[in-house]
Amino acid sequence: MSKQNSNKLLEPSLISEAFKQSFIKLSPRYMVRNPVMFTVEIGTAVMMGVCVWVAMGETSQGTLAYNIAITAILFITVLFANFAEAIAEARGKAQAESLRKTREETPAKKIELVGEIFMNEVKVVPSSQLKKGDVFLCEAGDIIPMDGEIIEGIATIDESAITGESAPVIRESGGDKSSVTGGTKVLSDRIKVRVTTAPGESFLDKMIALVEGASRQKTPNEIALTILLASFTLIFIIVCVTLKPYADYAQTSINIAAYISLFVCLIPTTIGGLLSAIGIAGMDRALRANVITKSGKAVETAGDVDTLLLDKTGTITIGNRKATNFWADGIQTEKKFIEACMLASLADETPEGKSIIELAETKGFSKPVIEKHEAHFVEFTAETRSSGIDMDGIHIRKGAFDAIKNRVEHAGNKVSPFIINKTKEIAANGGTPLVLSYNDEATGVIELQDIIKPGIQERFERLRKMGVKTVMVTGDNPLTAKYIAEKAGVDDFIAEAKPEDKMTYIKKEQAGGKLVAMMGDGTNDAPALAQADVGVAMNSGTQAAKEAGNMVDLDNDPTKLIEIVEIGKQLLITRGTITTFSIANDVAKYFAIIPALFIVSIPSLNALNIMHLTSPQTAILSAVIFNAIIIPLLIPLALRGVQYKPIGASALLRRNLLIYGLGGIIVPFIGIKLLDMLITLFVK
Amino acid sequence: MNTEIIGVIFTFLITVLLAIPFGKYISKVFNGERTLLDFMSPLERFIYRISGIDPKQSMNWKEFLKAMLTINLVWFVYAFLLLIFQSHLPLNPDGNPDQTPDLAFNTDISFLVNCNLQHYSGESGLTYLTQLFVVGFLQFVSAATGIACLIALFNGLKAKTTNNLGNFWDIFIKSITRILLPLSIVVAIVLAFNGTPTSFKGKDTITTLQGDTQQVSRGPAAGVIAIKQLGTNGGGYFGANSSVPFENPNYLTNTIEAWAIPFISIALIFALGYYIKRKKLAWVIFGVMTFFFVLFVVNNVYFETKGNPEISRMGIAQNIGAMEGKEIRLGSAATAYWSVVTTSTSNGSVNGMHDSLMPLSGGVVLIDMMINALYGGVGVGLLNYFIFIIIAVFISGLMVGRTPEFLGHKVEAREVKIAAIVTLLSAFLIKVGTAFAAYMLVHHPDVAWTVKPSSWLNNPSYHGFSEMLYEYTSANANNGSGFEGLGDNNVWWNVTTGFVLILGRYLPIIGPLAIGGLLANKKFIPESAGTLKTDSATFGVMTIAVIVIVTALSYFPPLALGPIAEYFSMHH
Repeated sequence: MSKQNSNKLLEPSLISEAFKQSFIKLSPRYMVRNPVMFTVEIGTAVMMGVCVWVAMGETSQGTLAYNIAITAILFITVLFANFAEAIAEARGKAQAESLRKTREETPAKKIELVGEIFMNEVKVVPSSQLKKGDVFLCEAGDIIPMDGEIIEGIATIDESAITGESAPVIRESGGDKSSVTGGTKVLSDRIKVRVTTAPGESFLDKMIALVEGASRQKTPNEIALTILLASFTLIFIIVCVTLKPYADYAQTSINIAAYISLFVCLIPTTIGGLLSAIGIAGMDRALRANVITKSGKAVETAGDVDTLLLDKTGTITIGNRKATNFWADGIQTEKKFIEACMLASLADETPEGKSIIELAETKGFSKPVIEKHEAHFVEFTAETRSSGIDMDGIHIRKGAFDAIKNRVEHAGNKVSPFIINKTKEIAANGGTPLVLSYNDEATGVIELQDIIKPGIQERFERLRKMGVKTVMVTGDNPLTAKYIAEKAGVDDFIAEAKPEDKMTYIKKEQAGGKLVAMMGDGTNDAPALAQADVGVAMNSGTQAAKEAGNMVDLDNDPTKLIEIVEIGKQLLITRGTITTFSIANDVAKYFAIIPALFIVSIPSLNALNIMHLTSPQTAILSAVIFNAIIIPLLIPLALRGVQYKPIGASALLRRNLLIYGLGGIIVPFIGIKLLDMLITLFVK
Repeated sequence: MNTEIIGVIFTFLITVLLAIPFGKYISKVFNGERTLLDFMSPLERFIYRISGIDPKQSMNWKEFLKAMLTINLVWFVYAFLLLIFQSHLPLNPDGNPDQTPDLAFNTDISFLVNCNLQHYSGESGLTYLTQLFVVGFLQFVSAATGIACLIALFNGLKAKTTNNLGNFWDIFIKSITRILLPLSIVVAIVLAFNGTPTSFKGKDTITTLQGDTQQVSRGPAAGVIAIKQLGTNGGGYFGANSSVPFENPNYLTNTIEAWAIPFISIALIFALGYYIKRKKLAWVIFGVMTFFFVLFVVNNVYFETKGNPEISRMGIAQNIGAMEGKEIRLGSAATAYWSVVTTSTSNGSVNGMHDSLMPLSGGVVLIDMMINALYGGVGVGLLNYFIFIIIAVFISGLMVGRTPEFLGHKVEAREVKIAAIVTLLSAFLIKVGTAFAAYMLVHHPDVAWTVKPSSWLNNPSYHGFSEMLYEYTSANANNGSGFEGLGDNNVWWNVTTGFVLILGRYLPIIGPLAIGGLLANKKFIPESAGTLKTDSATFGVMTIAVIVIVTALSYFPPLALGPIAEYFSMHH
C-alpha cells in the first residue's frame, strides 16, 4: 500500500473549500436530491417567514429572539449536512487531483506523419493536446505524458509517483505488461506509446467526476435507504401535522417554531446529512488504497463478494518456485551432484534455475566460472523438455522426470527406485521434482517448492470469517495445487487452469447466486474480469483488461482484493450504524419536546420530562442544537468509516446494535441535558 | 400466587402447547401430506368441480391477489344486499329492521375484512339469517382468506426461486375444510353444552325474581361464537360480546374462548417452521411476539388487579381489582388477559369493557393494535410481522456490511418501498383519522348532523381522546373492539372507519405478498459465514428494536395525550 497518501482527516485548505461549497449546495435544485435535508431547508424558510411575522408585531409565536435562534440553528443544520458532503468531496477530489497533477502539462514527444511521404517526425507538444490514438515517444528520463500502451520497445519505469513503490518495473510491448500510466517516469531505454484514453476520460478523470457528484449515481443500496428515510420523514410529517388538531382538542396552543423543531428533530437528519458523504468517503478510501473505482456501486458490491478468485503466483506464493533441496542418489557423492546441478543451471535464466544456484551457494558452493567457448549450453526446448550443458565429454541435463527417464532409458540405463520414489514424494508434497542426468545416468533429484507468502493464511482466515470463499487459480497439476491450497488455507482451487477455466468457474458460482471478485492483468483475463461482479485490473495490465474490470489497482498488488472487500463492507456498515444511531436518537428527543409542548396545559405530563429540562424553550432549543451538532461530530466517523471486524454476522450485529443502537438512545439524553444546562446558564 | 393468575398462566401455556402440534398439522395439510382429515377430500373435490376450479393451477403473486380480491368483492355485494333487505328475508323471528346503508356498509366491510367494528347490537341489528349467512359466513371466509395469503407467502419463502405461490382456491378451501370448520365444531359443541343458545326460536320472555317480565334474545349463537374466536374475527353474537353469559357462560368457556382466540395464529407460526423447514426461525418469531405479549399481559394484569387509585382514595377496598366494566364471574385477571389476547390477534371480542380499563392497560391494548403483529389476526398477523422483518433485515444487513437478504433473497429498493408504504399506511390512517375527528369536535362541534360531533364522546378530556384514537386504531388493525363510550353508529364513524377498515385490511395483505412474490422471483443466494442469520436471537432482538422504535416514533404524541396523560393525572 502506498505511503505518501495523507491520512489527515481534515486539512485546513479542504475545510475552506468545503465551507464555500456548503453554501453553494443550498440551492433547492441540488437539495431536492436529499429529501430529508430538503424538508429541513423548507422548515428553515418557513421559520424565516415566522421571524418576519413576529418582528412585525405578532405575539402568539413566542419572542423574536427565540424564533431567530431556532431559525439560525435549522439553517446551520442544513449547512452542516452540506459541509459533510462537501468535505468528503473535497478530500476525494484532492486525492485524485494529487494523482492527476503529476501528468498535467508535461511535454510530449508526439510522432507525427508529415507530408506526402509518410515519415515519422517527433514534435514536442503539451500533453493536453494528445488525443486518443496518437503515438508518442519516451526516452530515459522522460515523464510519460498520458496513459497508453507500448507499441514498440521495452523500458524500465519508475511508477513511484502513482504507487509509492520505489522499485522500478519493466514494461514492454506485446503481452500483458504493455500498459503505462501518465505521470510515471521512464528510467531506461526507449518506447513508443499509443494514447489509449481521450483527455478527460482516463480512469482518474472518471473517478474525479464520480466524486464531484456530476455523474455520481446513487447505488441501489443508497436508493433503498433513501426510500426508507423518506418514509420515516413522511411518518414524522404526519406526526407533526396531526399534532395540531390533537393539541386543539387538548386546548393547547403550539407555536410554529415548536412544530418545526419537533419535525426537524424527529426526521433522520443525522443519516440524511451524512449519507452522501459516507458514499463518497467509500470511494475515497478505495483511492487511498490506490484503487481507482469506476463507480460507487462497485465498492458496495465488493462488500457482498462471496467468492474470491486469486492467482497463485504472486498472491498466495512468492513469485515462482524455488529450489529447496538436493537429493543425491548415491551414485555420485552429494558434493559432485550439487556441482553438477550448478553446472546444468549456469545458463538457466529462469527464476527456478537461478534459485538452484542460490541454494547451492547457501550450502557453501561457489558458482563455477565457465567461458562460453569452453562449453555448449543446451537450452530448454519444448521437445526435449530439459536443459543443461555439454563440456569436456560430460553431458548434464536437468528436466522433468519423464524427459530425463526417456533420455536415460534410451541410453540403456535404468532410473533407480530411489529417484522414482523421491519424485513421487516431492510431487505429493506440492513440490516440483527436477531430475538430473549425468552422462545419461540419473543421479539425483532437485526439489522445487512454492514459497507461500508469510501471513497469507491469516488473511484467508479473516476472509473465511467474513464469509468469503477463496479460490486459487494455478497452472500446476491438481496434486501440487491441492497441496498448496491446503497449506495456504484457500477453500478451493482450479488446477491446470486455462484462461477460459476462470470464466467457467465464475459463471458456475454466479449461477449459484454468488458474487465473484477476481483480479487479472492479461488480455485473456478480460472476459472473466467483465463477467466477475467485481473485476480488479492491475494498472500494469493491458488496456483490454482495464476496460473490462470495474476497478483498477495502481499498486498491481494481487492481495488488494482483500482490502477492497473490507472497504465495501465498511461502507455498508457505516451507513447502517449511522441510520440506527439517527433513528434511536429520536427517543430522547421525544422526551425533550413532547413534555415541553404540553407542560402548560397538561401539567401532569411533566412526569415525562425525565431529563428535568429547565423550560419548554430551553428544552426545544437544546434538542434542536443537539440535532444540529451531532452531524459535524459524526463527520470523522462517516469519512473514516466504522471499523469492520470479521467476527461473524451475528456477533457484528450484536456489537453494532449495542454501540450505535443503545448508544443512540443514551447519548442524546446526556447531550440534551448538558446543552439545557448550558443554555440555562446563558439565559439567566 | 392466587388462582386468578394461575388461570391466566395455564390458559397461555395450554394454548402454546397445543399450537405446536397443530402447526405441524397445518404444515402437513398444505404440503399435501396424509392427515386425519383426509376424509374431507371428496367434499373439496366436489366444491372444485361445481366451481370449475383447477386446484393444481399455479398462480404468481399477481394472479393470487387478483383471485383473492375478486372473490372478496363478490362477498361484499352479497353481504350488503342481505343486510339492507334483512327484514324482508326469512329467519327473522324478532322482526328486526333493515340496516341503514351507512351501517350496512360498515357492518359488511367490517366482517369482510375479518373485523367486528360493530356499530349495532346483534340482538336488534341483525336477523338469524344475517347472523348466519353474513356474519358467520364472512367469519369463515375472511379467516380462510388470511390463511390462504399467508400460505402463499410461505410458498414464496419455501422455494429457492419460483413464480408459483400456490393456488388461491385450493389453499382457501382447505383452510376451511381442514382447519376452521373442524375446530369450530369442537368449540361450538363445548359452548352449547355449557349453555350458549343454539336455537332458531325468537326472543324468550321470562319473569324475573322481582316479578317483572323481560325479553331475552337468543338464536343460533354457539357456532357463530366458535368461529368468531377461532377466526380472530371477534364479532359478538350479542351486543356486549363475550361479557354476556349467553356468549361466555362460565370460567371454563372463558378459558376455552381465550384459548381459541390466538390458537390458530400461534399455530401458524409453528406451521411456518415446519412448512419451510426453518423451525428455528419460527421459534425466534414466536419468541419476539411472546416477549411483547407477556410484557403486555403482566402490565394489564398488574394494573387491573391492583384497582383504581381514584377509588382507593375514596377509602374503598378493591381486593378483587378494578371491577368497573368487568364480570364478577370471570374476575379482573382473566379480563386483563383477554384484553391483551384480543388486541394482539386483531380479534376484538371482549369479556369486559375496554373503556373501563386502567389508563396504562388501555394504552397497552392500543399499542397492541398499533403493532398488530403479535400473533396477529389469522394469517394476516404473520404477514404484518413480515413487514417488520423486512425493515429489520434491511437495517441489520447494512450493519453487518452486506446487502440485506432474507432467506437467500436480496432485499432491495422495491421491497423496502413496499414495506415503507405499508408501515406508513397504518400511521397515516390512525393518526389522520383521529386528527379529523378531533378537528370536527373542536371546530365544528354543532354541525347539523343527526349525531353532532359534540355528542360523540361520553367522557371528556384524555379519555375522550383515547376513545377516538381507539376507534381508528381498532379499525386499522381490523380488530373491532371499541372504547365503547364512543357514539359510533352515525354516518361519520360508519363511513370513515369503513374506509380505514378496507385500507387497513387489503394493503397489508397485498404488500407482504407482493414482497414475497418479488423475493421468490429473485436468484437464490446460499448462506455464508457473512450472511446475517435471521433465525438467531440477535436478529430477534433487532426485530424487537424495530417494532418498538417504529411504533414509539409513530404513536408517541397521541399516546402521550391520551392514556399517558390520563395515567399521570390519575397518579399525581
